[in-house]
Amino acid sequence: MEFTIRVWRQAGPGSKGELKVYRANNVSADSSFIEMMTELNIHLLEMGDEPVAFEADCLEGICGTCSMMIDGVAHGPEKGTTTCQLFMRSFKDGATITVEPFRAGAFPVLKDLVVDRSAFDRIVQQGGFISVNTGNAPDGNAVLVPKDQAETSMDAAECIGCGACVASCKNGSAMLFVSAKAAHFANLPQGQAERYRRTILMVEQMDKEGFGACTNQYECEAVCPKEISVNFIGQLNRDYMVGKLKGAGGK
Amino acid sequence: MAPSGPAPQKKSALGEFFGSSIAQKYIVAITGLLLVLFVIVHLVGNLQMFAGQDAVNQYAVMLRSMGPLLWVARIGLIVIFVLHVSTAFRLYRRNRAARPTAYVTQSTVQASIASRTMIFSGSFVFLYIIGHLLHLTFGLVLPEHAHLVDSMGRHDVYSMVVLGFQNKLVSFFYIAAMLVLWSHLRHGISSMFQTVGVRCPRVAPFTDQLGPLLATVIVVGYIAIPLGVLAGIIALPPGVTP
Repeated sequence: MEFTIRVWRQAGPGSKGELKVYRANNVSADSSFIEMMTELNIHLLEMGDEPVAFEADCLEGICGTCSMMIDGVAHGPEKGTTTCQLFMRSFKDGATITVEPFRAGAFPVLKDLVVDRSAFDRIVQQGGFISVNTGNAPDGNAVLVPKDQAETSMDAAECIGCGACVASCKNGSAMLFVSAKAAHFANLPQGQAERYRRTILMVEQMDKEGFGACTNQYECEAVCPKEISVNFIGQLNRDYMVGKLKGAGGK
Repeated sequence: MAPSGPAPQKKSALGEFFGSSIAQKYIVAITGLLLVLFVIVHLVGNLQMFAGQDAVNQYAVMLRSMGPLLWVARIGLIVIFVLHVSTAFRLYRRNRAARPTAYVTQSTVQASIASRTMIFSGSFVFLYIIGHLLHLTFGLVLPEHAHLVDSMGRHDVYSMVVLGFQNKLVSFFYIAAMLVLWSHLRHGISSMFQTVGVRCPRVAPFTDQLGPLLATVIVVGYIAIPLGVLAGIIALPPGVTP
Protein backbone atom coordinates (compact mmCIF):
# COMPACT_ATOMS: atom_id res chain seq x y z
CA MET A 1 0.00 0.00 0.00
CA GLU A 2 1.06 3.60 -0.49
CA PHE A 3 0.27 6.60 1.62
CA THR A 4 0.96 10.29 1.85
CA ILE A 5 1.64 11.07 5.50
CA ARG A 6 1.30 14.62 6.83
CA VAL A 7 3.06 14.69 10.19
CA TRP A 8 3.33 17.44 12.77
CA ARG A 9 6.99 18.32 13.20
CA GLN A 10 8.00 20.46 16.15
CA ALA A 11 11.60 20.75 17.31
CA GLY A 12 10.94 21.42 20.99
CA PRO A 13 8.41 22.49 23.62
CA GLY A 14 8.36 26.19 22.82
CA SER A 15 9.07 26.11 19.12
CA LYS A 16 6.67 26.57 16.27
CA GLY A 17 5.56 23.41 14.56
CA GLU A 18 4.18 22.62 11.13
CA LEU A 19 2.84 19.72 9.09
CA LYS A 20 5.43 18.07 6.84
CA VAL A 21 4.49 15.74 4.00
CA TYR A 22 6.17 12.36 3.51
CA ARG A 23 5.56 9.40 1.22
CA ALA A 24 5.21 5.89 2.64
CA ASN A 25 5.64 3.28 -0.10
CA ASN A 26 5.41 -0.52 0.01
CA VAL A 27 3.52 -0.54 3.29
CA SER A 28 2.14 -3.96 4.25
CA ALA A 29 -1.60 -3.93 4.88
CA ASP A 30 -0.90 -6.01 7.99
CA SER A 31 1.55 -3.58 9.55
CA SER A 32 0.37 -1.50 12.46
CA PHE A 33 0.35 2.28 12.37
CA ILE A 34 3.38 2.29 14.68
CA GLU A 35 5.24 -0.08 12.34
CA MET A 36 4.41 2.14 9.38
CA MET A 37 5.74 5.16 11.29
CA THR A 38 8.87 3.21 12.23
CA GLU A 39 9.51 2.33 8.60
CA LEU A 40 9.03 5.98 7.74
CA ASN A 41 11.64 6.86 10.38
CA ILE A 42 14.11 4.32 8.98
CA HIS A 43 13.63 5.93 5.61
CA LEU A 44 14.15 9.40 7.12
CA LEU A 45 17.37 8.26 8.84
CA GLU A 46 18.68 6.83 5.56
CA MET A 47 17.99 10.17 3.94
CA GLY A 48 19.92 11.89 6.75
CA ASP A 49 16.75 13.50 8.06
CA GLU A 50 15.57 13.74 11.66
CA PRO A 51 13.17 10.85 12.52
CA VAL A 52 9.68 11.66 13.79
CA ALA A 53 9.53 11.48 17.59
CA PHE A 54 6.54 9.48 18.86
CA GLU A 55 5.73 7.26 21.81
CA ALA A 56 4.85 3.56 21.87
CA ASP A 57 5.64 0.78 24.27
CA CYS A 58 3.70 -2.47 24.69
CA LEU A 59 2.38 -2.61 21.10
CA GLU A 60 -0.53 -4.72 22.30
CA GLY A 61 -2.96 -1.98 23.24
CA ILE A 62 -2.72 -2.12 27.03
CA CYS A 63 -0.12 0.38 28.18
CA GLY A 64 -1.56 3.70 27.00
CA THR A 65 1.74 5.05 25.71
CA CYS A 66 1.00 5.52 22.03
CA SER A 67 -0.82 8.74 21.34
CA MET A 68 -1.54 10.07 17.89
CA MET A 69 -4.35 12.14 16.48
CA ILE A 70 -4.93 10.39 13.14
CA ASP A 71 -7.09 12.28 10.62
CA GLY A 72 -8.53 14.27 13.50
CA VAL A 73 -9.52 11.25 15.61
CA ALA A 74 -7.54 10.12 18.66
CA HIS A 75 -5.99 6.70 17.88
CA GLY A 76 -7.46 6.77 14.39
CA PRO A 77 -10.64 5.56 12.75
CA GLU A 78 -11.16 2.12 14.37
CA LYS A 79 -13.38 1.92 17.45
CA GLY A 80 -11.93 0.71 20.75
CA THR A 81 -8.39 0.61 19.39
CA THR A 82 -5.06 2.15 20.34
CA THR A 83 -2.70 3.49 17.68
CA CYS A 84 -0.46 0.43 18.00
CA GLN A 85 -3.39 -1.90 17.33
CA LEU A 86 -4.55 0.10 14.33
CA PHE A 87 -3.56 -1.67 11.12
CA MET A 88 -2.91 -0.09 7.76
CA ARG A 89 -5.66 -2.14 6.14
CA SER A 90 -8.06 0.26 7.88
CA PHE A 91 -6.99 2.94 5.39
CA LYS A 92 -7.63 3.22 1.68
CA ASP A 93 -4.63 2.61 -0.56
CA GLY A 94 -3.22 5.94 -1.69
CA ALA A 95 -4.87 7.87 1.15
CA THR A 96 -3.43 11.01 2.70
CA ILE A 97 -3.22 10.60 6.47
CA THR A 98 -2.74 13.54 8.84
CA VAL A 99 -0.95 12.79 12.11
CA GLU A 100 -0.88 15.29 14.95
CA PRO A 101 0.00 15.11 18.64
CA PHE A 102 -2.72 14.97 21.32
CA ARG A 103 -3.39 18.65 21.91
CA ALA A 104 -4.32 20.30 25.20
CA GLY A 105 -2.85 23.09 27.29
CA ALA A 106 -2.25 20.50 30.02
CA PHE A 107 -0.46 18.22 27.50
CA PRO A 108 2.39 20.41 26.19
CA VAL A 109 4.15 19.11 23.09
CA LEU A 110 7.71 18.02 23.88
CA LYS A 111 8.72 17.10 20.35
CA ASP A 112 6.82 16.17 17.17
CA LEU A 113 4.10 13.75 18.36
CA VAL A 114 5.34 13.38 21.94
CA VAL A 115 3.34 15.22 24.59
CA ASP A 116 3.88 15.50 28.34
CA ARG A 117 0.99 13.70 30.04
CA SER A 118 2.34 13.92 33.59
CA ALA A 119 -0.73 16.02 34.50
CA PHE A 120 -2.53 12.65 34.65
CA ASP A 121 0.07 11.32 37.10
CA ARG A 122 -0.45 14.32 39.37
CA ILE A 123 -4.22 13.73 39.32
CA VAL A 124 -3.73 10.08 40.29
CA GLN A 125 -1.32 11.12 43.05
CA GLN A 126 -4.17 13.11 44.60
CA GLY A 127 -6.31 10.05 45.25
CA GLY A 128 -6.17 7.38 42.58
CA PHE A 129 -5.28 4.78 45.18
CA ILE A 130 -6.55 3.25 48.42
CA SER A 131 -4.59 3.61 51.63
CA VAL A 132 -3.75 0.27 53.26
CA ASN A 133 -1.51 -0.69 56.14
CA THR A 134 1.29 -2.94 55.11
CA GLY A 135 1.66 -6.26 56.87
CA ASN A 136 0.51 -9.75 56.15
CA ALA A 137 -1.52 -10.25 53.03
CA PRO A 138 -5.23 -10.25 53.90
CA ASP A 139 -7.25 -13.43 53.48
CA GLY A 140 -8.35 -13.90 49.91
CA ASN A 141 -12.07 -13.58 50.48
CA ALA A 142 -12.07 -11.44 53.64
CA VAL A 143 -13.81 -8.63 51.75
CA LEU A 144 -16.65 -9.93 49.64
CA VAL A 145 -17.29 -8.03 46.42
CA PRO A 146 -20.62 -8.57 44.65
CA LYS A 147 -20.10 -9.69 41.07
CA ASP A 148 -21.85 -6.69 39.42
CA GLN A 149 -19.81 -4.23 41.48
CA ALA A 150 -16.61 -6.01 40.57
CA GLU A 151 -17.61 -5.83 36.90
CA THR A 152 -18.38 -2.09 37.08
CA SER A 153 -15.13 -1.42 38.86
CA MET A 154 -13.23 -3.41 36.26
CA ASP A 155 -14.94 -1.51 33.44
CA ALA A 156 -13.55 1.69 34.96
CA ALA A 157 -10.18 0.15 35.79
CA GLU A 158 -9.69 -0.68 32.13
CA CYS A 159 -8.63 2.94 31.57
CA ILE A 160 -5.01 2.95 30.42
CA GLY A 161 -4.55 6.71 30.87
CA CYS A 162 -3.61 7.35 27.25
CA GLY A 163 -5.27 10.78 27.14
CA ALA A 164 -7.42 10.16 24.05
CA CYS A 165 -10.43 11.54 25.99
CA VAL A 166 -8.66 14.86 26.50
CA ALA A 167 -7.35 14.90 22.94
CA SER A 168 -10.77 14.32 21.38
CA CYS A 169 -12.79 16.55 23.71
CA LYS A 170 -13.64 19.88 22.10
CA ASN A 171 -13.06 21.40 25.55
CA GLY A 172 -9.84 19.55 26.39
CA SER A 173 -11.61 18.04 29.39
CA ALA A 174 -10.16 15.14 31.37
CA MET A 175 -13.47 14.13 32.96
CA LEU A 176 -13.57 10.64 31.45
CA PHE A 177 -10.09 9.83 32.76
CA VAL A 178 -10.71 11.29 36.22
CA SER A 179 -14.13 9.65 36.49
CA ALA A 180 -12.72 6.26 35.51
CA LYS A 181 -9.93 6.52 38.06
CA ALA A 182 -12.40 7.54 40.78
CA ALA A 183 -15.08 5.00 39.80
CA HIS A 184 -12.55 2.20 39.80
CA PHE A 185 -12.47 2.52 43.61
CA ALA A 186 -15.88 4.08 44.24
CA ASN A 187 -17.49 0.83 43.07
CA LEU A 188 -15.50 -1.42 45.40
CA PRO A 189 -15.91 -1.86 49.17
CA GLN A 190 -12.18 -1.17 49.63
CA GLY A 191 -12.58 2.27 48.06
CA GLN A 192 -15.41 3.54 50.26
CA ALA A 193 -13.40 5.02 53.14
CA GLU A 194 -11.71 7.64 50.96
CA ARG A 195 -14.41 7.84 48.29
CA TYR A 196 -15.47 11.51 48.56
CA ARG A 197 -12.11 12.88 49.61
CA ARG A 198 -10.56 11.15 46.61
CA THR A 199 -13.15 12.56 44.21
CA ILE A 200 -12.77 16.13 45.43
CA LEU A 201 -8.97 16.11 45.51
CA MET A 202 -8.72 14.59 42.04
CA VAL A 203 -11.20 17.10 40.59
CA GLU A 204 -9.34 19.98 42.23
CA GLN A 205 -6.08 18.78 40.68
CA MET A 206 -7.82 18.35 37.32
CA ASP A 207 -8.94 21.99 37.44
CA LYS A 208 -5.49 23.11 38.56
CA GLU A 209 -3.86 21.40 35.58
CA GLY A 210 -5.99 23.51 33.25
CA PHE A 211 -8.23 20.87 31.72
CA GLY A 212 -11.56 22.07 30.38
CA ALA A 213 -15.04 21.31 31.67
CA CYS A 214 -17.30 18.59 30.30
CA THR A 215 -20.20 19.67 28.09
CA ASN A 216 -21.58 16.14 27.67
CA GLN A 217 -20.80 15.72 23.99
CA TYR A 218 -19.39 12.25 24.67
CA GLU A 219 -16.63 12.41 22.06
CA CYS A 220 -14.32 10.92 24.70
CA GLU A 221 -16.40 7.75 24.96
CA ALA A 222 -16.44 7.42 21.16
CA VAL A 223 -12.65 7.41 20.81
CA CYS A 224 -11.63 5.72 24.08
CA PRO A 225 -9.58 2.64 23.15
CA LYS A 226 -11.01 0.91 26.23
CA GLU A 227 -14.55 2.18 25.58
CA ILE A 228 -14.91 3.62 29.07
CA SER A 229 -18.52 4.69 29.57
CA VAL A 230 -19.55 8.31 30.24
CA ASN A 231 -21.77 6.86 32.98
CA PHE A 232 -18.71 7.25 35.19
CA ILE A 233 -18.73 11.00 34.56
CA GLY A 234 -22.26 11.10 35.97
CA GLN A 235 -21.04 9.21 39.00
CA LEU A 236 -18.11 11.61 39.43
CA ASN A 237 -20.44 14.64 39.28
CA ARG A 238 -22.69 13.01 41.87
CA ASP A 239 -19.87 12.01 44.20
CA TYR A 240 -18.31 15.46 43.93
CA MET A 241 -21.47 17.17 45.15
CA VAL A 242 -22.19 14.56 47.84
CA GLY A 243 -18.60 14.93 49.01
CA LYS A 244 -18.86 18.70 49.16
CA LEU A 245 -22.09 18.42 51.17
CA LYS A 246 -20.38 16.00 53.55
CA GLY A 247 -17.48 18.41 53.91
CA ALA A 248 -14.98 15.91 52.54
CA GLY A 249 -11.80 16.83 50.72
CA GLY A 250 -9.81 18.76 53.35
CA LYS A 251 -6.20 17.68 53.61
CA MET B 1 14.53 31.48 56.79
CA ALA B 2 11.45 33.68 56.77
CA PRO B 3 9.19 33.12 53.81
CA SER B 4 9.41 35.92 51.28
CA GLY B 5 7.01 37.27 48.70
CA PRO B 6 3.31 37.91 49.09
CA ALA B 7 1.34 35.42 51.15
CA PRO B 8 -0.80 33.17 48.96
CA GLN B 9 -4.35 34.50 48.83
CA LYS B 10 -6.68 32.35 50.88
CA LYS B 11 -9.96 31.95 49.08
CA SER B 12 -13.11 31.51 51.10
CA ALA B 13 -14.58 28.00 51.11
CA LEU B 14 -17.55 29.22 49.09
CA GLY B 15 -15.34 31.05 46.58
CA GLU B 16 -13.24 27.93 46.16
CA PHE B 17 -16.37 25.84 45.66
CA PHE B 18 -17.80 28.09 42.94
CA GLY B 19 -14.40 28.23 41.25
CA SER B 20 -14.49 24.50 40.57
CA SER B 21 -15.52 23.37 37.12
CA ILE B 22 -18.05 20.84 38.40
CA ALA B 23 -19.72 23.35 40.73
CA GLN B 24 -20.03 25.81 37.84
CA LYS B 25 -21.63 23.12 35.71
CA TYR B 26 -24.10 22.42 38.52
CA ILE B 27 -25.05 26.11 38.43
CA VAL B 28 -25.62 26.04 34.67
CA ALA B 29 -27.63 22.79 34.97
CA ILE B 30 -29.86 23.87 37.86
CA THR B 31 -30.54 27.36 36.46
CA GLY B 32 -31.15 25.65 33.12
CA LEU B 33 -33.74 23.39 34.73
CA LEU B 34 -35.51 26.39 36.26
CA LEU B 35 -35.47 28.19 32.91
CA VAL B 36 -36.97 25.11 31.22
CA LEU B 37 -39.75 25.10 33.82
CA PHE B 38 -40.35 28.79 33.10
CA VAL B 39 -40.44 28.11 29.35
CA ILE B 40 -43.09 25.41 29.93
CA VAL B 41 -45.26 27.62 32.17
CA HIS B 42 -44.88 30.48 29.68
CA LEU B 43 -45.98 28.15 26.87
CA VAL B 44 -49.09 27.07 28.78
CA GLY B 45 -49.96 30.74 29.19
CA ASN B 46 -49.30 31.50 25.53
CA LEU B 47 -51.38 28.61 24.20
CA GLN B 48 -54.44 30.45 25.53
CA MET B 49 -54.14 32.43 22.31
CA PHE B 50 -56.13 29.52 20.84
CA ALA B 51 -58.84 30.09 23.47
CA GLY B 52 -59.54 33.60 22.23
CA GLN B 53 -59.23 37.23 23.25
CA ASP B 54 -61.08 37.01 26.53
CA ALA B 55 -58.96 34.16 27.94
CA VAL B 56 -55.64 35.81 27.08
CA ASN B 57 -56.55 39.28 28.32
CA GLN B 58 -58.00 37.86 31.53
CA TYR B 59 -54.80 35.83 32.04
CA ALA B 60 -52.76 39.03 31.60
CA VAL B 61 -54.91 40.82 34.20
CA MET B 62 -54.43 37.89 36.57
CA LEU B 63 -50.62 38.04 36.15
CA ARG B 64 -50.54 41.79 36.71
CA SER B 65 -52.70 41.49 39.82
CA MET B 66 -50.14 39.31 41.56
CA GLY B 67 -48.52 42.52 42.80
CA PRO B 68 -45.32 41.98 44.78
CA LEU B 69 -45.33 38.30 43.85
CA LEU B 70 -44.91 39.29 40.20
CA TRP B 71 -41.79 41.23 41.11
CA VAL B 72 -40.41 38.33 43.11
CA ALA B 73 -40.92 36.14 40.05
CA ARG B 74 -39.39 38.71 37.71
CA ILE B 75 -36.31 39.36 39.86
CA GLY B 76 -35.90 35.64 40.49
CA LEU B 77 -36.06 34.96 36.78
CA ILE B 78 -33.49 37.66 36.02
CA VAL B 79 -31.10 36.31 38.67
CA ILE B 80 -31.47 32.75 37.33
CA PHE B 81 -30.97 33.96 33.77
CA VAL B 82 -27.89 36.06 34.56
CA LEU B 83 -26.35 33.17 36.53
CA HIS B 84 -27.02 30.74 33.67
CA VAL B 85 -25.51 32.97 31.00
CA SER B 86 -22.55 34.32 32.98
CA THR B 87 -21.51 30.91 34.32
CA ALA B 88 -21.84 29.36 30.88
CA PHE B 89 -19.50 32.02 29.49
CA ARG B 90 -17.02 31.46 32.33
CA LEU B 91 -16.96 27.76 31.47
CA TYR B 92 -16.68 28.56 27.77
CA ARG B 93 -13.59 30.69 28.43
CA ARG B 94 -12.08 27.92 30.59
CA ASN B 95 -12.73 25.38 27.84
CA ARG B 96 -11.22 27.59 25.14
CA ALA B 97 -8.12 28.09 27.28
CA ALA B 98 -7.77 24.32 27.76
CA ARG B 99 -6.69 23.93 24.12
CA PRO B 100 -4.47 26.90 23.22
CA THR B 101 -3.25 25.33 19.95
CA ALA B 102 -6.00 24.10 17.66
CA TYR B 103 -5.79 20.94 15.60
CA VAL B 104 -5.13 21.30 11.89
CA THR B 105 -7.75 18.58 11.33
CA GLN B 106 -10.25 17.53 13.95
CA SER B 107 -13.10 15.16 13.18
CA THR B 108 -16.25 14.63 15.18
CA VAL B 109 -17.29 11.06 15.87
CA GLN B 110 -20.54 11.23 17.81
CA ALA B 111 -21.05 14.72 19.28
CA SER B 112 -24.28 16.25 17.95
CA ILE B 113 -24.27 19.64 16.25
CA ALA B 114 -26.62 20.86 18.98
CA SER B 115 -24.13 19.91 21.69
CA ARG B 116 -21.26 21.66 19.93
CA THR B 117 -23.07 24.93 19.34
CA MET B 118 -24.61 25.53 22.78
CA ILE B 119 -22.76 28.81 23.29
CA PHE B 120 -23.99 30.13 19.92
CA SER B 121 -27.57 28.86 20.21
CA GLY B 122 -27.66 30.25 23.74
CA SER B 123 -26.32 33.63 22.61
CA PHE B 124 -28.89 33.79 19.80
CA VAL B 125 -31.74 32.99 22.21
CA PHE B 126 -30.37 35.68 24.56
CA LEU B 127 -30.53 38.30 21.78
CA TYR B 128 -33.99 37.08 20.81
CA ILE B 129 -35.24 37.45 24.40
CA ILE B 130 -34.10 41.10 24.43
CA GLY B 131 -36.05 41.72 21.23
CA HIS B 132 -39.02 39.79 22.59
CA LEU B 133 -39.13 41.92 25.77
CA LEU B 134 -38.73 45.15 23.78
CA HIS B 135 -41.64 44.10 21.59
CA LEU B 136 -44.22 42.62 23.96
CA THR B 137 -43.24 43.74 27.48
CA PHE B 138 -41.91 47.26 26.92
CA GLY B 139 -43.86 47.93 23.72
CA LEU B 140 -40.92 49.63 22.01
CA VAL B 141 -41.04 47.51 18.85
CA LEU B 142 -44.28 48.15 16.91
CA PRO B 143 -45.46 50.60 19.63
CA GLU B 144 -48.73 51.22 17.76
CA HIS B 145 -49.91 47.77 18.98
CA ALA B 146 -48.79 48.14 22.59
CA HIS B 147 -51.60 50.20 24.07
CA LEU B 148 -54.78 48.64 22.71
CA VAL B 149 -57.73 48.18 25.06
CA ASP B 150 -60.47 45.59 24.71
CA SER B 151 -64.22 46.09 25.17
CA MET B 152 -63.91 45.40 28.92
CA GLY B 153 -61.21 48.01 29.36
CA ARG B 154 -58.42 45.46 29.75
CA HIS B 155 -55.03 45.75 28.09
CA ASP B 156 -55.60 43.95 24.76
CA VAL B 157 -52.68 41.52 24.78
CA TYR B 158 -54.46 39.22 22.34
CA SER B 159 -54.70 41.80 19.57
CA MET B 160 -51.14 42.98 20.23
CA VAL B 161 -49.85 39.45 19.64
CA VAL B 162 -52.03 38.85 16.57
CA LEU B 163 -51.03 42.17 14.99
CA GLY B 164 -47.38 41.44 15.81
CA PHE B 165 -47.41 38.03 14.15
CA GLN B 166 -49.33 39.29 11.13
CA ASN B 167 -46.06 41.08 10.40
CA LYS B 168 -44.23 38.35 8.46
CA LEU B 169 -40.81 39.57 9.54
CA VAL B 170 -41.77 39.27 13.24
CA SER B 171 -43.13 35.77 12.66
CA PHE B 172 -40.03 34.76 10.71
CA PHE B 173 -37.63 35.83 13.46
CA TYR B 174 -39.83 34.27 16.12
CA ILE B 175 -39.90 30.90 14.35
CA ALA B 176 -36.16 31.07 13.65
CA ALA B 177 -35.47 31.81 17.33
CA MET B 178 -37.68 28.90 18.38
CA LEU B 179 -35.75 26.51 16.11
CA VAL B 180 -32.50 27.68 17.69
CA LEU B 181 -34.10 27.24 21.12
CA TRP B 182 -34.99 23.69 20.06
CA SER B 183 -31.35 22.98 19.31
CA HIS B 184 -30.32 24.46 22.69
CA LEU B 185 -32.93 22.52 24.67
CA ARG B 186 -32.52 19.16 22.97
CA HIS B 187 -28.94 18.96 24.22
CA GLY B 188 -29.42 21.07 27.36
CA ILE B 189 -32.27 19.10 28.90
CA SER B 190 -30.56 15.71 28.51
CA SER B 191 -27.23 17.18 29.52
CA MET B 192 -28.64 18.50 32.81
CA PHE B 193 -29.20 14.99 34.15
CA GLN B 194 -25.59 13.99 33.50
CA THR B 195 -24.19 17.15 35.08
CA VAL B 196 -26.10 16.75 38.34
CA GLY B 197 -25.18 13.07 38.43
CA VAL B 198 -28.66 11.64 37.98
CA ARG B 199 -27.89 9.95 34.65
CA CYS B 200 -27.01 6.43 35.71
CA PRO B 201 -27.21 3.40 33.38
CA ARG B 202 -30.81 2.64 34.45
CA VAL B 203 -32.23 6.07 33.61
CA ALA B 204 -29.84 7.06 30.79
CA PRO B 205 -32.05 5.72 27.96
CA PHE B 206 -34.92 7.82 29.34
CA THR B 207 -33.00 11.06 30.06
CA ASP B 208 -31.12 10.92 26.75
CA GLN B 209 -34.48 10.84 24.90
CA LEU B 210 -36.19 13.36 27.15
CA GLY B 211 -34.17 16.32 25.80
CA PRO B 212 -35.08 15.91 22.11
CA LEU B 213 -38.66 14.94 22.99
CA LEU B 214 -39.42 17.77 25.42
CA ALA B 215 -37.60 20.31 23.23
CA THR B 216 -39.77 19.29 20.28
CA VAL B 217 -43.01 19.49 22.27
CA ILE B 218 -42.10 22.93 23.63
CA VAL B 219 -40.98 24.38 20.32
CA VAL B 220 -43.92 22.99 18.34
CA GLY B 221 -46.21 24.57 20.94
CA TYR B 222 -44.57 27.98 20.59
CA ILE B 223 -44.40 27.91 16.79
CA ALA B 224 -48.09 26.95 16.58
CA ILE B 225 -49.00 30.50 17.65
CA PRO B 226 -47.44 32.52 14.77
CA LEU B 227 -48.48 29.76 12.35
CA GLY B 228 -52.02 29.97 13.75
CA VAL B 229 -52.03 33.72 13.20
CA LEU B 230 -50.63 33.48 9.67
CA ALA B 231 -53.13 30.72 8.81
CA GLY B 232 -56.00 32.82 10.12
CA ILE B 233 -56.93 30.34 12.88
CA ILE B 234 -56.07 32.98 15.47
CA ALA B 235 -57.86 36.03 14.09
CA LEU B 236 -58.28 39.63 15.15
CA PRO B 237 -61.42 40.28 17.22
CA PRO B 238 -64.13 42.34 15.53
CA GLY B 239 -63.46 46.02 15.76
CA VAL B 240 -59.66 45.78 15.67
CA THR B 241 -58.10 46.55 12.29
CA PRO B 242 -54.50 46.08 11.27
